[in-house]
Amino acid sequence: MTYVITAGCIDVMDRSCLEQCPVDCIKPGERMLYIDAEVCIDCGACEPVCPQEAIAMDAMLPEELRSYIGTNAAFFASGASTDPPEVAATPRHLG
Amino acid sequence: MRVAVVGAGPSGVFATAELLTRPGVEVDVLDRSHTPFGLVRYGVAPDHLKIKTVSTALSRVLADERVRFHGGVELGRDISLDELRRLSDAVVLATGARDSRRLGIPGEDRPRSFTAADLVPWYNGHPLDGVRWSTASPSVAVVGAGNVALDVSRILLKGGAGLANTDLPDSVAAVLDARPVTDVHLVIRRGVGDVRFSPAELLEFDHLDVDVLVDPAELDLGPADRARATDDRLVAQRIAMFTRWAEAGPVGAGRRLHVHFHRSPTEIRGGDGVEAIRLRDNRSGRIEELSVGAVVTAIGYHAAAPAGLPTTGGLVRHDAGRVAPGLYVAGWLKRGPSGVIGTNKACAVESVRALWADVDSAAITVGAGGPADLVRSRLPEAVDWTGWTRIDAAEIALGATTGRARTKITNHAELARLGAAAVLAEEAR
Repeated sequence: MTYVITAGCIDVMDRSCLEQCPVDCIKPGERMLYIDAEVCIDCGACEPVCPQEAIAMDAMLPEELRSYIGTNAAFFASGASTDPPEVAATPRHLG
Repeated sequence: MRVAVVGAGPSGVFATAELLTRPGVEVDVLDRSHTPFGLVRYGVAPDHLKIKTVSTALSRVLADERVRFHGGVELGRDISLDELRRLSDAVVLATGARDSRRLGIPGEDRPRSFTAADLVPWYNGHPLDGVRWSTASPSVAVVGAGNVALDVSRILLKGGAGLANTDLPDSVAAVLDARPVTDVHLVIRRGVGDVRFSPAELLEFDHLDVDVLVDPAELDLGPADRARATDDRLVAQRIAMFTRWAEAGPVGAGRRLHVHFHRSPTEIRGGDGVEAIRLRDNRSGRIEELSVGAVVTAIGYHAAAPAGLPTTGGLVRHDAGRVAPGLYVAGWLKRGPSGVIGTNKACAVESVRALWADVDSAAITVGAGGPADLVRSRLPEAVDWTGWTRIDAAEIALGATTGRARTKITNHAELARLGAAAVLAEEAR
Protein backbone atom coordinates (compact mmCIF):
# COMPACT_ATOMS: atom_id res chain seq x y z
CA MET A 1 0.00 0.00 0.00
CA THR A 2 1.01 3.61 -0.47
CA TYR A 3 -0.48 7.04 -1.03
CA VAL A 4 -0.60 8.48 -4.52
CA ILE A 5 -0.81 12.02 -5.92
CA THR A 6 -3.16 12.35 -8.87
CA ALA A 7 -4.40 14.69 -11.61
CA GLY A 8 -5.73 17.37 -9.27
CA CYS A 9 -2.17 18.44 -8.46
CA ILE A 10 -1.19 19.18 -12.07
CA ASP A 11 -0.36 22.88 -12.53
CA VAL A 12 -1.51 23.59 -8.93
CA MET A 13 1.30 22.19 -6.78
CA ASP A 14 -0.05 23.66 -3.55
CA ARG A 15 2.70 21.95 -1.50
CA SER A 16 0.75 21.76 1.78
CA CYS A 17 1.55 18.05 1.75
CA LEU A 18 5.28 18.74 1.86
CA GLU A 19 5.01 20.26 5.34
CA GLN A 20 3.08 17.26 6.63
CA CYS A 21 5.19 14.38 5.39
CA PRO A 22 7.30 13.04 8.29
CA VAL A 23 9.75 11.25 6.00
CA ASP A 24 10.03 13.81 3.18
CA CYS A 25 8.87 11.31 0.57
CA ILE A 26 7.02 13.91 -1.53
CA LYS A 27 9.05 15.55 -4.28
CA PRO A 28 8.07 18.21 -6.80
CA GLY A 29 8.29 17.57 -10.52
CA GLU A 30 7.67 20.28 -13.09
CA ARG A 31 3.85 20.28 -13.09
CA MET A 32 2.88 18.14 -10.10
CA LEU A 33 4.20 16.54 -6.91
CA TYR A 34 4.87 12.83 -6.49
CA ILE A 35 5.01 10.34 -3.59
CA ASP A 36 7.91 7.91 -3.37
CA ALA A 37 6.24 4.63 -2.38
CA GLU A 38 9.60 3.20 -1.30
CA VAL A 39 9.91 5.86 1.42
CA CYS A 40 6.24 6.58 2.27
CA ILE A 41 5.25 5.07 5.64
CA ASP A 42 1.50 5.05 4.89
CA CYS A 43 0.67 7.48 7.70
CA GLY A 44 -1.80 9.42 5.55
CA ALA A 45 -0.96 12.89 6.94
CA CYS A 46 -0.78 14.34 3.42
CA GLU A 47 -4.24 13.25 2.30
CA PRO A 48 -6.54 15.62 4.23
CA VAL A 49 -4.37 18.74 3.77
CA CYS A 50 -4.48 18.70 -0.03
CA PRO A 51 -6.84 21.49 -1.12
CA GLN A 52 -7.24 19.70 -4.46
CA GLU A 53 -8.15 16.35 -2.84
CA ALA A 54 -5.54 15.00 -5.21
CA ILE A 55 -4.01 12.52 -2.74
CA ALA A 56 -5.49 9.10 -1.99
CA MET A 57 -4.53 5.68 -0.76
CA ASP A 58 -3.82 3.45 -3.74
CA ALA A 59 -6.56 0.97 -2.83
CA MET A 60 -9.15 3.78 -2.70
CA LEU A 61 -8.38 5.35 -6.08
CA PRO A 62 -11.26 5.54 -8.54
CA GLU A 63 -10.71 3.58 -11.74
CA GLU A 64 -9.88 6.65 -13.86
CA LEU A 65 -7.03 7.65 -11.52
CA ARG A 66 -5.46 4.24 -10.93
CA SER A 67 -2.83 4.89 -13.61
CA TYR A 68 -1.28 7.49 -11.27
CA ILE A 69 0.15 4.65 -9.13
CA GLY A 70 2.46 3.96 -12.08
CA THR A 71 2.94 7.65 -12.79
CA ASN A 72 4.23 8.33 -9.25
CA ALA A 73 6.56 5.32 -9.45
CA ALA A 74 7.79 6.32 -12.93
CA PHE A 75 8.79 9.79 -11.71
CA PHE A 76 11.20 8.31 -9.13
CA ALA A 77 12.37 5.54 -11.43
CA SER A 78 13.49 8.15 -13.95
CA GLY A 79 15.47 10.30 -11.53
CA ALA A 80 12.83 12.42 -9.76
CA SER A 81 13.23 15.58 -11.80
CA THR A 82 11.15 15.49 -14.97
CA ASP A 83 7.45 14.68 -15.26
CA PRO A 84 6.59 11.33 -16.84
CA PRO A 85 5.30 11.72 -20.42
CA GLU A 86 1.62 11.30 -19.49
CA VAL A 87 1.85 14.29 -17.12
CA ALA A 88 3.93 16.39 -19.51
CA ALA A 89 1.32 15.72 -22.22
CA THR A 90 -1.63 16.84 -20.09
CA PRO A 91 -3.20 19.93 -21.73
CA ARG A 92 -2.58 23.12 -19.77
CA HIS A 93 -5.55 25.03 -18.42
CA LEU A 94 -5.83 28.36 -20.20
CA GLY A 95 -6.74 31.57 -18.41
CA MET B 1 21.82 28.08 22.26
CA ARG B 2 20.72 25.04 24.24
CA VAL B 3 17.17 23.73 24.06
CA ALA B 4 15.76 20.85 26.09
CA VAL B 5 13.07 18.70 24.46
CA VAL B 6 11.10 16.43 26.78
CA GLY B 7 9.83 13.34 24.97
CA ALA B 8 11.65 11.42 22.22
CA GLY B 9 8.49 10.41 20.37
CA PRO B 10 7.66 11.75 16.92
CA SER B 11 6.67 15.21 18.17
CA GLY B 12 9.81 15.70 20.26
CA VAL B 13 12.01 14.52 17.42
CA PHE B 14 10.23 16.63 14.78
CA ALA B 15 10.72 19.63 17.11
CA THR B 16 14.39 18.69 17.44
CA ALA B 17 14.78 18.46 13.66
CA GLU B 18 13.30 21.92 13.26
CA LEU B 19 15.56 23.30 16.02
CA LEU B 20 18.61 21.94 14.18
CA THR B 21 17.76 23.98 11.08
CA ARG B 22 19.37 26.99 12.80
CA PRO B 23 23.12 27.01 13.26
CA GLY B 24 24.52 27.03 16.79
CA VAL B 25 21.60 25.18 18.35
CA GLU B 26 22.22 22.15 20.56
CA VAL B 27 19.41 19.98 21.89
CA ASP B 28 19.09 17.73 24.94
CA VAL B 29 16.29 15.20 24.37
CA LEU B 30 14.95 13.55 27.53
CA ASP B 31 12.64 10.54 27.66
CA ARG B 32 11.29 8.59 30.60
CA SER B 33 11.79 5.36 28.60
CA HIS B 34 15.24 3.87 28.15
CA THR B 35 14.53 3.84 24.44
CA PRO B 36 13.64 6.57 21.91
CA PHE B 37 10.67 6.88 19.49
CA GLY B 38 7.80 6.97 22.02
CA LEU B 39 4.57 5.68 20.52
CA VAL B 40 6.31 4.54 17.33
CA ARG B 41 7.93 1.87 19.50
CA TYR B 42 5.26 1.32 22.15
CA GLY B 43 2.02 2.51 20.50
CA VAL B 44 1.98 1.78 16.75
CA ALA B 45 0.66 -1.76 16.30
CA PRO B 46 3.42 -4.36 15.76
CA ASP B 47 2.01 -5.41 12.38
CA HIS B 48 2.17 -1.84 11.03
CA LEU B 49 5.70 -2.46 9.89
CA LYS B 50 5.79 0.32 7.31
CA ILE B 51 4.65 2.99 9.77
CA LYS B 52 7.26 1.80 12.26
CA THR B 53 9.96 2.53 9.68
CA VAL B 54 9.52 6.22 10.51
CA SER B 55 11.99 5.40 13.31
CA THR B 56 14.73 5.42 10.66
CA ALA B 57 14.00 9.08 9.94
CA LEU B 58 13.72 9.83 13.67
CA SER B 59 17.07 8.11 14.31
CA ARG B 60 18.86 10.37 11.86
CA VAL B 61 17.78 13.39 13.91
CA LEU B 62 18.69 11.92 17.31
CA ALA B 63 22.07 10.67 16.05
CA ASP B 64 23.08 14.21 15.06
CA GLU B 65 26.18 15.36 16.94
CA ARG B 66 24.30 18.45 18.15
CA VAL B 67 21.78 16.24 19.98
CA ARG B 68 22.22 14.49 23.33
CA PHE B 69 19.73 11.75 24.18
CA HIS B 70 18.98 11.04 27.84
CA GLY B 71 16.83 7.89 28.16
CA GLY B 72 15.31 6.79 31.45
CA VAL B 73 14.99 10.36 32.71
CA GLU B 74 11.52 11.43 33.78
CA LEU B 75 10.41 15.02 34.10
CA GLY B 76 9.04 15.66 37.58
CA ARG B 77 10.70 12.55 39.05
CA ASP B 78 14.36 12.87 38.08
CA ILE B 79 14.49 16.52 37.11
CA SER B 80 11.98 19.29 37.74
CA LEU B 81 10.62 21.60 35.09
CA ASP B 82 12.11 24.55 37.00
CA GLU B 83 15.56 22.95 36.92
CA LEU B 84 15.23 22.16 33.24
CA ARG B 85 14.16 25.72 32.41
CA ARG B 86 16.98 27.19 34.48
CA LEU B 87 19.60 25.01 32.77
CA SER B 88 18.24 25.50 29.22
CA ASP B 89 17.58 28.52 27.03
CA ALA B 90 14.22 27.04 26.10
CA VAL B 91 12.20 23.89 26.85
CA VAL B 92 9.85 22.10 24.46
CA LEU B 93 7.46 19.68 26.16
CA ALA B 94 6.32 16.78 23.96
CA THR B 95 5.33 14.24 26.59
CA GLY B 96 2.18 13.10 24.82
CA ALA B 97 -1.01 11.70 26.31
CA ARG B 98 -0.62 8.39 28.07
CA ASP B 99 -3.62 7.88 30.33
CA SER B 100 -6.73 6.20 28.97
CA ARG B 101 -10.06 7.92 29.25
CA ARG B 102 -12.45 5.85 31.32
CA LEU B 103 -16.06 4.86 30.73
CA GLY B 104 -17.03 5.55 34.34
CA ILE B 105 -19.32 2.49 34.59
CA PRO B 106 -19.63 -0.23 37.25
CA GLY B 107 -17.22 -3.14 36.83
CA GLU B 108 -14.60 -1.18 34.92
CA ASP B 109 -11.91 -2.07 37.46
CA ARG B 110 -12.47 -5.82 37.31
CA PRO B 111 -9.62 -8.16 36.37
CA ARG B 112 -9.72 -8.71 32.57
CA SER B 113 -11.14 -5.23 32.01
CA PHE B 114 -8.30 -3.43 30.25
CA THR B 115 -7.66 0.05 28.90
CA ALA B 116 -5.80 0.67 25.66
CA ALA B 117 -3.18 2.57 27.68
CA ASP B 118 -2.46 -0.72 29.51
CA LEU B 119 -2.84 -3.22 26.73
CA VAL B 120 -1.15 -1.46 23.79
CA PRO B 121 2.22 -0.99 25.57
CA TRP B 122 2.00 -4.59 26.79
CA TYR B 123 1.60 -6.14 23.35
CA ASN B 124 4.32 -3.82 22.11
CA GLY B 125 6.73 -5.26 24.69
CA HIS B 126 6.93 -2.32 27.10
CA PRO B 127 9.21 -3.37 29.97
CA LEU B 128 7.60 -1.48 32.84
CA ASP B 129 4.12 -2.85 32.53
CA GLY B 130 2.59 -5.23 35.03
CA VAL B 131 -0.29 -5.75 32.60
CA ARG B 132 -0.76 -9.15 31.03
CA TRP B 133 -3.59 -10.03 28.66
CA SER B 134 -5.99 -12.69 29.77
CA THR B 135 -9.49 -13.66 28.71
CA ALA B 136 -11.91 -16.19 30.15
CA SER B 137 -13.49 -16.83 26.75
CA PRO B 138 -12.65 -16.64 23.03
CA SER B 139 -15.19 -13.78 22.74
CA VAL B 140 -14.12 -10.33 23.92
CA ALA B 141 -15.44 -6.76 23.68
CA VAL B 142 -13.45 -3.77 22.42
CA VAL B 143 -15.05 -0.37 23.06
CA GLY B 144 -14.15 2.56 20.83
CA ALA B 145 -14.55 4.20 17.43
CA GLY B 146 -10.97 5.09 16.54
CA ASN B 147 -7.89 3.43 15.12
CA VAL B 148 -6.66 2.20 18.50
CA ALA B 149 -9.86 0.14 18.87
CA LEU B 150 -9.17 -1.33 15.42
CA ASP B 151 -5.53 -2.03 16.31
CA VAL B 152 -6.53 -3.87 19.49
CA SER B 153 -9.23 -5.84 17.66
CA ARG B 154 -6.88 -6.82 14.86
CA ILE B 155 -4.01 -7.84 17.17
CA LEU B 156 -6.32 -9.99 19.30
CA LEU B 157 -7.85 -11.65 16.21
CA LYS B 158 -4.47 -12.29 14.58
CA GLY B 159 -2.93 -13.71 17.74
CA GLY B 160 0.76 -14.44 18.19
CA ALA B 161 0.83 -16.86 15.25
CA GLY B 162 -0.57 -14.18 12.95
CA LEU B 163 2.10 -11.70 14.06
CA ALA B 164 5.12 -13.93 13.52
CA ASN B 165 6.78 -11.52 11.06
CA THR B 166 6.74 -8.60 13.54
CA ASP B 167 8.89 -7.46 16.48
CA LEU B 168 6.31 -8.94 18.87
CA PRO B 169 8.10 -10.47 21.88
CA ASP B 170 7.73 -14.27 22.16
CA SER B 171 6.34 -13.87 25.66
CA VAL B 172 3.48 -11.74 24.27
CA ALA B 173 2.78 -14.21 21.44
CA ALA B 174 2.60 -17.07 23.94
CA VAL B 175 0.08 -15.23 26.11
CA LEU B 176 -2.08 -14.27 23.11
CA ASP B 177 -2.10 -17.84 21.81
CA ALA B 178 -2.80 -19.47 25.18
CA ARG B 179 -6.48 -18.62 24.69
CA PRO B 180 -7.04 -17.52 21.08
CA VAL B 181 -9.67 -14.85 20.50
CA THR B 182 -12.15 -15.89 17.81
CA ASP B 183 -14.77 -13.16 18.21
CA VAL B 184 -14.31 -9.46 18.89
CA HIS B 185 -17.39 -7.38 19.61
CA LEU B 186 -16.57 -3.81 18.58
CA VAL B 187 -18.83 -1.50 20.59
CA ILE B 188 -19.38 1.95 19.09
CA ARG B 189 -21.40 4.65 20.82
CA ARG B 190 -22.63 6.46 17.73
CA GLY B 191 -23.43 5.64 14.11
CA VAL B 192 -21.37 4.90 11.03
CA GLY B 193 -21.23 8.60 10.06
CA ASP B 194 -19.44 9.49 13.31
CA VAL B 195 -16.70 6.88 13.59
CA ARG B 196 -13.03 7.95 13.41
CA PHE B 197 -11.52 4.79 11.88
CA SER B 198 -9.18 5.52 9.01
CA PRO B 199 -10.25 3.78 5.78
CA ALA B 200 -6.75 2.29 5.44
CA GLU B 201 -7.10 0.50 8.80
CA LEU B 202 -10.61 -0.71 7.96
CA LEU B 203 -9.40 -2.17 4.67
CA GLU B 204 -6.88 -4.34 6.53
CA PHE B 205 -9.70 -6.57 7.75
CA ASP B 206 -10.35 -7.60 4.14
CA HIS B 207 -6.94 -9.26 4.12
CA LEU B 208 -7.44 -11.28 7.31
CA ASP B 209 -9.31 -14.52 7.82
CA VAL B 210 -12.02 -12.51 9.57
CA ASP B 211 -15.70 -11.98 8.81
CA VAL B 212 -16.74 -8.39 9.50
CA LEU B 213 -20.36 -8.63 10.61
CA VAL B 214 -22.50 -5.50 10.39
CA ASP B 215 -26.26 -5.40 10.95
CA PRO B 216 -27.75 -3.44 7.99
CA ALA B 217 -30.40 -2.07 10.36
CA GLU B 218 -27.66 -0.26 12.31
CA LEU B 219 -26.41 1.59 9.21
CA ASP B 220 -29.39 3.97 9.16
CA LEU B 221 -28.09 7.22 7.72
CA GLY B 222 -29.69 10.48 8.82
CA PRO B 223 -29.62 13.76 6.86
CA ALA B 224 -26.61 14.87 8.93
CA ASP B 225 -24.69 11.71 7.94
CA ARG B 226 -25.46 12.24 4.26
CA ALA B 227 -24.35 15.87 4.44
CA ARG B 228 -21.09 14.86 6.09
CA ALA B 229 -20.48 12.15 3.52
CA THR B 230 -20.86 14.78 0.80
CA ASP B 231 -18.41 17.17 2.49
CA ASP B 232 -15.86 14.64 3.71
CA ARG B 233 -14.76 11.80 1.49
CA LEU B 234 -13.28 9.91 4.45
CA VAL B 235 -16.81 9.71 5.89
CA ALA B 236 -18.11 8.54 2.51
CA GLN B 237 -15.37 5.89 2.30
CA ARG B 238 -16.16 4.57 5.78
CA ILE B 239 -19.89 4.37 5.03
CA ALA B 240 -19.15 2.56 1.77
CA MET B 241 -16.97 -0.01 3.51
CA PHE B 242 -19.41 -0.79 6.32
CA THR B 243 -22.26 -0.96 3.79
CA ARG B 244 -20.28 -3.44 1.71
CA TRP B 245 -19.64 -5.62 4.78
CA ALA B 246 -23.30 -5.44 5.82
CA GLU B 247 -24.36 -6.58 2.35
CA ALA B 248 -21.71 -9.29 2.10
CA GLY B 249 -22.60 -11.09 5.33
CA PRO B 250 -20.44 -13.90 6.69
CA VAL B 251 -18.35 -15.99 4.30
CA GLY B 252 -17.32 -18.53 6.92
CA ALA B 253 -13.98 -17.04 7.95
CA GLY B 254 -12.21 -18.50 10.96
CA ARG B 255 -12.74 -15.47 13.20
CA ARG B 256 -15.26 -12.67 13.43
CA LEU B 257 -15.43 -8.93 14.11
CA HIS B 258 -18.98 -8.10 15.24
CA VAL B 259 -19.66 -4.39 14.78
CA HIS B 260 -22.22 -2.87 17.15
CA PHE B 261 -23.20 0.71 16.32
CA HIS B 262 -25.28 2.95 18.63
CA ARG B 263 -24.28 1.05 21.79
CA SER B 264 -23.00 2.42 25.10
CA PRO B 265 -21.61 0.10 27.78
CA THR B 266 -23.47 0.47 31.06
CA GLU B 267 -21.85 -2.25 33.18
CA ILE B 268 -19.11 -4.87 33.08
CA ARG B 269 -20.33 -7.95 34.94
CA GLY B 270 -18.74 -11.12 36.29
CA GLY B 271 -17.58 -13.02 39.32
CA ASP B 272 -13.85 -12.56 39.85
CA GLY B 273 -13.27 -11.48 36.25
CA VAL B 274 -15.36 -10.50 33.23
CA GLU B 275 -18.32 -12.62 32.11
CA ALA B 276 -20.45 -10.09 30.23
CA ILE B 277 -20.80 -6.50 29.15
CA ARG B 278 -24.14 -4.72 29.30
CA LEU B 279 -24.92 -2.34 26.46
CA ARG B 280 -27.61 0.27 25.99
CA ASP B 281 -29.00 0.75 22.50
CA ASN B 282 -28.80 4.53 22.22
CA ARG B 283 -31.75 4.70 19.84
CA SER B 284 -34.27 2.55 21.71
CA GLY B 285 -32.84 2.63 25.23
CA ARG B 286 -33.07 -1.16 25.31
CA ILE B 287 -30.45 -2.96 27.45
CA GLU B 288 -28.73 -6.09 26.15
CA GLU B 289 -25.92 -8.28 27.42
CA LEU B 290 -23.01 -9.83 25.52
CA SER B 291 -21.12 -12.77 26.98
CA VAL B 292 -17.41 -11.90 26.82
CA GLY B 293 -14.32 -13.03 28.67
CA ALA B 294 -12.51 -9.69 28.63
CA VAL B 295 -13.16 -6.03 27.80
CA VAL B 296 -10.77 -3.46 26.32
CA THR B 297 -11.72 0.21 26.28
CA ALA B 298 -10.05 2.36 23.61
CA ILE B 299 -11.99 5.60 23.93
CA GLY B 300 -9.12 8.07 23.86
CA TYR B 301 -6.25 9.32 25.98
CA HIS B 302 -5.69 12.11 28.49
CA ALA B 303 -2.63 14.28 28.31
CA ALA B 304 -0.91 14.54 31.69
CA ALA B 305 0.18 18.18 31.88
CA PRO B 306 3.26 18.78 34.06
CA ALA B 307 2.27 20.12 37.48
CA GLY B 308 2.01 23.87 37.77
CA LEU B 309 1.18 24.67 34.14
CA PRO B 310 -2.15 26.29 33.26
CA THR B 311 -4.48 23.89 31.46
CA THR B 312 -7.72 23.99 29.51
CA GLY B 313 -9.61 20.74 29.12
CA GLY B 314 -6.55 18.80 30.29
CA LEU B 315 -4.25 20.38 27.70
CA VAL B 316 -1.55 22.91 28.49
CA ARG B 317 -2.75 26.40 27.56
CA HIS B 318 -0.65 27.78 24.70
CA ASP B 319 -0.62 30.19 21.79
CA ALA B 320 0.59 28.46 18.61
CA GLY B 321 2.78 26.28 20.84
CA ARG B 322 4.06 28.99 23.20
CA VAL B 323 3.16 28.51 26.88
CA ALA B 324 5.47 31.34 27.97
CA PRO B 325 8.66 32.79 26.51
CA GLY B 326 11.13 29.90 26.83
CA LEU B 327 8.48 27.19 27.30
CA TYR B 328 6.66 25.47 24.44
CA VAL B 329 4.48 22.40 23.84
CA ALA B 330 4.15 20.09 20.84
CA GLY B 331 2.22 17.00 19.83
CA TRP B 332 -0.55 15.37 21.83
CA LEU B 333 0.22 17.47 24.93
CA LYS B 334 -0.55 20.50 22.74
CA ARG B 335 -3.42 19.27 20.55
CA GLY B 336 -4.82 16.28 22.39
CA PRO B 337 -4.64 12.71 21.09
CA SER B 338 -5.50 13.14 17.44
CA GLY B 339 -4.00 12.93 13.99
CA VAL B 340 -1.49 10.61 12.39
CA ILE B 341 2.29 10.56 12.79
CA GLY B 342 2.85 13.19 10.12
CA THR B 343 0.37 15.55 11.76
CA ASN B 344 2.94 16.03 14.51
CA LYS B 345 5.54 17.41 12.16
CA ALA B 346 3.60 20.52 11.14
CA CYS B 347 2.51 20.85 14.78
CA ALA B 348 6.11 20.77 16.06
CA VAL B 349 7.28 23.17 13.36
CA GLU B 350 4.64 25.69 14.47
CA SER B 351 5.85 25.46 18.08
CA VAL B 352 9.50 25.92 17.14
CA ARG B 353 8.59 28.94 15.01
CA ALA B 354 7.05 30.46 18.14
CA LEU B 355 10.37 29.74 19.86
CA TRP B 356 12.33 31.43 17.05
CA ALA B 357 10.06 34.48 17.32
CA ASP B 358 10.95 34.74 21.01
CA VAL B 359 14.65 34.41 20.25
CA ASP B 360 14.45 37.03 17.53
CA SER B 361 12.56 39.47 19.74
CA ALA B 362 15.00 38.81 22.62
CA ALA B 363 12.17 37.53 24.81
CA ILE B 364 14.56 34.63 25.49
CA THR B 365 18.12 35.25 26.56
CA VAL B 366 20.62 32.70 25.36
CA GLY B 367 23.62 31.28 27.22
CA ALA B 368 22.49 28.40 29.44
CA GLY B 369 24.79 25.40 29.85
CA GLY B 370 22.21 22.65 29.28
CA PRO B 371 20.96 19.94 31.64
CA ALA B 372 23.43 17.20 30.65
CA ASP B 373 25.80 17.60 33.62
CA LEU B 374 22.96 17.51 36.12
CA VAL B 375 21.42 14.47 34.43
CA ARG B 376 24.73 12.60 34.41
CA SER B 377 25.53 13.34 38.04
CA ARG B 378 22.04 12.51 39.26
CA LEU B 379 21.37 9.52 36.96
CA PRO B 380 24.64 7.89 35.88
CA GLU B 381 22.55 5.00 34.55
CA ALA B 382 20.69 7.21 32.05
CA VAL B 383 20.87 5.88 28.48
CA ASP B 384 22.78 7.99 25.97
CA TRP B 385 22.62 7.53 22.19
CA THR B 386 25.49 5.04 22.25
CA GLY B 387 23.59 3.09 24.90
CA TRP B 388 20.54 3.01 22.64
CA THR B 389 22.63 1.73 19.73
CA ARG B 390 23.71 -1.18 21.99
CA ILE B 391 20.05 -1.97 22.79
CA ASP B 392 19.18 -1.62 19.10
CA ALA B 393 21.93 -4.02 18.03
CA ALA B 394 20.95 -6.55 20.71
CA GLU B 395 17.30 -6.50 19.57
CA ILE B 396 18.27 -6.92 15.92
CA ALA B 397 20.52 -9.86 16.88
CA LEU B 398 17.71 -11.40 18.94
CA GLY B 399 15.34 -11.09 15.97
CA ALA B 400 17.88 -12.68 13.65
CA THR B 401 17.79 -15.89 15.69
CA THR B 402 14.23 -16.44 14.41
CA GLY B 403 14.57 -14.79 11.01
CA ARG B 404 12.95 -11.49 12.00
CA ALA B 405 14.18 -7.93 11.56
CA ARG B 406 13.95 -7.32 15.32
CA THR B 407 12.59 -8.81 18.51
CA LYS B 408 12.07 -6.36 21.34
CA ILE B 409 13.76 -6.81 24.68
CA THR B 410 11.06 -6.55 27.32
CA ASN B 411 13.14 -7.15 30.43
CA HIS B 412 13.66 -3.83 32.19
CA ALA B 413 16.91 -4.84 33.89
CA GLU B 414 18.34 -6.06 30.58
CA LEU B 415 17.45 -2.81 28.79
CA ALA B 416 18.96 -0.81 31.63
CA ARG B 417 22.13 -2.92 31.62
CA LEU B 418 22.63 -2.61 27.86
CA GLY B 419 21.79 1.07 27.84
CA ALA B 420 23.78 2.34 30.77
CA ALA B 421 27.32 3.30 29.83
CA ALA B 422 28.38 3.61 33.47
CA VAL B 423 27.09 0.15 34.35
CA LEU B 424 28.90 -1.45 31.42
CA ALA B 425 32.13 0.31 32.31
CA GLU B 426 31.85 -1.03 35.85
CA GLU B 427 31.29 -4.58 34.59
CA ALA B 428 34.38 -4.29 32.42
CA ARG B 429 36.57 -3.50 35.44
